[in-house]
Amino acid sequence: MSNLTIKNLRKSYGDTEILKGIDLEVEDHDFVVFVGPSGCGKSTLLRSIAGLEEVTSGQILLDQNDITDVAPAKRDLAMVFQSYALYPHMSVGKNMSFALELAGESKDVIAKKVASAAEILELDKLLERKPKDLSGGQRQRVAIGRSIVRNPKIFLFDEPLSNLDASLRVQMRLELARLHKDLKATMIYVTHDQVEAMTLADKVVVLNAGKIEQVGSPIELYNRPANMFVAGFLGMPRMSFLTAQVASCTDTYVTIKLDAGAELTLPVQGHSLSKGSKVTFGIRPEHITVVEENAGMINTSVDASEHIGSDTFCYVKTTNNEDITIRTQSDCSVVDNSKIGLEFDISQSHLFDNDGIAIATRTTSVS
Amino acid sequence: MLLTLKQQRRLHTVAMGALAWLVALLIFFPIFWMILTSFKTEIEAFATPPSLFFTPTLENYITINERSDYFHFAWNSVVISFTSTIIGMLIAVPAAYSMAFFETKRTNFTLQWMLSTKMLPPVGVLVPIYLLFKDFHLLDSKTGLIIIYTLINLPIMVWMAYTYFKEVPKDILEAARIDGANMLQEIWRILLPMTKGGLASTVLLSLILSWNEAFWSLNLTAYNAAPLTSLIASYSSPEGLFWAKLSAVSTLACAPILIFGWISQKQLVRGLSFGAVK
Amino acid sequence: MDTLASIDKAKESDSTGVSNAAKKNALISFFMVSPSVILLLVWMIIPLGMTIYFSMMNYNLLSPEDTWFVGWENFEYFITDDGFASGVTNTLILVGSVLLITVVFGILISVLVNIPFWGQGIVRVMLISPFFIMPTVNALVWKNLLLHPVSGVFAAISVFFGYEPIDWFSDYPLTAIVIIVSWQWLPFAVLLLMTAMQSLDQEQQEAARLDGASSLDVFRHLTLPHLSRAIAVVVMIETIFLLSIFAEIFTTTGGGPGYETTNLAYLIYSQALLQYDVGMASAGGLIAVILANIAAFFLVRIVGKNLTDNT
Repeated sequence: MSNLTIKNLRKSYGDTEILKGIDLEVEDHDFVVFVGPSGCGKSTLLRSIAGLEEVTSGQILLDQNDITDVAPAKRDLAMVFQSYALYPHMSVGKNMSFALELAGESKDVIAKKVASAAEILELDKLLERKPKDLSGGQRQRVAIGRSIVRNPKIFLFDEPLSNLDASLRVQMRLELARLHKDLKATMIYVTHDQVEAMTLADKVVVLNAGKIEQVGSPIELYNRPANMFVAGFLGMPRMSFLTAQVASCTDTYVTIKLDAGAELTLPVQGHSLSKGSKVTFGIRPEHITVVEENAGMINTSVDASEHIGSDTFCYVKTTNNEDITIRTQSDCSVVDNSKIGLEFDISQSHLFDNDGIAIATRTTSVS
Repeated sequence: MLLTLKQQRRLHTVAMGALAWLVALLIFFPIFWMILTSFKTEIEAFATPPSLFFTPTLENYITINERSDYFHFAWNSVVISFTSTIIGMLIAVPAAYSMAFFETKRTNFTLQWMLSTKMLPPVGVLVPIYLLFKDFHLLDSKTGLIIIYTLINLPIMVWMAYTYFKEVPKDILEAARIDGANMLQEIWRILLPMTKGGLASTVLLSLILSWNEAFWSLNLTAYNAAPLTSLIASYSSPEGLFWAKLSAVSTLACAPILIFGWISQKQLVRGLSFGAVK
Repeated sequence: MDTLASIDKAKESDSTGVSNAAKKNALISFFMVSPSVILLLVWMIIPLGMTIYFSMMNYNLLSPEDTWFVGWENFEYFITDDGFASGVTNTLILVGSVLLITVVFGILISVLVNIPFWGQGIVRVMLISPFFIMPTVNALVWKNLLLHPVSGVFAAISVFFGYEPIDWFSDYPLTAIVIIVSWQWLPFAVLLLMTAMQSLDQEQQEAARLDGASSLDVFRHLTLPHLSRAIAVVVMIETIFLLSIFAEIFTTTGGGPGYETTNLAYLIYSQALLQYDVGMASAGGLIAVILANIAAFFLVRIVGKNLTDNT
């Protein structure tokens, strides 16, 4: 049983507040990913959980025990560092057994634990090597092995894949997912890469400037982002945002007039809006269809297009100079500077009020 | 016959290389000559003109202890250098550790101040030190010199150890902390093994500076505690022919330090230039 | 449910917001640093204090009972002493000449040795060797084996070319000292400048050559400015140590003939330990300290501010 509760955690460096009141629950067996742009505080939050950073105020509870002031060694947590932080003067085997030696375990127990961790991670042939003789992927596995051996309550990962090349990253992602399933462990994982967040997490925590923007499953966050920040952060290519004004609104429908031209009616709850309110319309690239000029909801002119083989991304500008990104089939042959029309899938669109908060869809209260 | 670019470059490199060799040989010449003379007989050593070719003899080395009690002075040098270095490191390493990993606003100032104590001209405090030593019976004692050398080399030892400690990536120490190491275990099992090269050169530098130190050793010792520097200085008013023996004594006195210096030249730059030159 | 009050209590801090663990760290680090600081403080304050005290006293070791306060008299006597003018001049000449020789040749040699060639490692080793020779050995090897007017190597070379050999220590004693000290310190300059050369930007040089720069241009406009910081460091550090040259003079000339090779340091030494005039020597010592401090001030300005920058 290893669940983590964080209550109103704040951390300041001098006069700068990095974490501005974090409240979070991590359940047993969860794979939780902290994701956000550089400087949002995700690494600071992880390091505070690990005990490597002093907390200014707030509480951290592990299995109902207050560990806020407990030294890192005594928290029963293990961490995999971005740079792996392997001990360069020790062999792989010794790197993995160091913690157990410090804890005073017997040689047999240590050997067994190291052997079983090495087997899981395919390190058994490398136990005598030194870190400098290992490849990046191997070093990463040793760093993970070091954590497994301790059988901690929670595994902490600080951007572990960012130093690997692209293909290795995909491979390690799958291995981490498999590891999580096999060990049935609780894992907290920090990354700036939203693809890693989407693929690995049971629960995603989106952080921005020291505050939690939204917590939920990846699909939840993708389909129902709570605000414009989350909407724009998850999803590649980014969601396109168009400014608009409310033409009319009821509890079940809102009709908006895009500054780019079209009038659209969305199935959202409009009780917090009034006629004339400024809103933002959000639509993901895969929910837009390219049609002939004047045959769609709005007209745009093409800036550029990218063909990546499996898809085509079109970058267009509206008549009022807003940018829209479209994802369409690979055989789409759109010409630069030509004019095309766009059709939006309204059922998949998003509406945000003047403060960037999402307007709830009519269906959220039902399903 | 015009040379191609490639040939020009080759010629340039060869010419420069030859010039470099010439300069190096010229600069090294006095040392070479000293070593050479140590293998001559006294008569040979004084020959006019001085000879390059002769029959070498080891007599100067063999009789080195008889004439000048070499081992007594060498032993003093060894004891003083090594003891002051060890004591210095025992004081310096904790200070450097603390300054590297628990840096405060005052750290830079403290380092600056420590290094500035090395800039005090020894003459400035010759009088009080001499009088203090006289009163405490430290004149001509190894203990006295050890105290002085520890103090004058302490700033450099702290400084060098500090720079080596700062090069250790912070997250390796954090990993050790998470693995359960307390401060002592962190230092002993992770930090020191990782910095042993740098600390070794710190030790070497301190040994070199103590061994060659020629102000306090000349003024505060007479015979009992006199190290090699004093022995050699006493040759300046000689009796009789002595050059070959002087060369032999000098060669023996300088050889270990020359070797230390050659081994650790890169690290010495760091220590001697206070890190200002990289 | 925890109330806000208990949450605040959980994080026991004092009013400044510093937690207990951080305070513990500060305490530990204080204790680890204090032995060094205390020792050095004692080393500085007590002797310096005594020097200042003695400099105001008439105190001669030959007649220690006749000690009384004389104020600035010692300083007056010291400055008007025969040896003082020579001492200062010689010090300046010594320091200036050695600086000039070591820096100029240091730059030239470090540029020369920078291009890879066969045996570069050995050459470098030979170039830095003189620095590790004991100053007393250095002095005697030069005095007897090299500069000796009868059987020294220089004499032999002069005779070979048909010239009268120079009796260095009789006719040009200060020059002889300059030669000895320069030889010892040249490697220091070479070592530091060689290291600085290695951080020269190769690509910048290549770009300059493509732009049409000759070797001399590259040297003047790229190399020298890059080396300027290292040169400044060399000058500053050498100055501080050269002000106190002692062993070489002690071992060869004993300050003579007359005062020709007496520098400030030797002057003070001779007054303290040869004439036993503690008062005068202390006054002189204080003057030496002030001079050194002026030089050190500039060094610390250049070097000291960045000691804790990540190297």
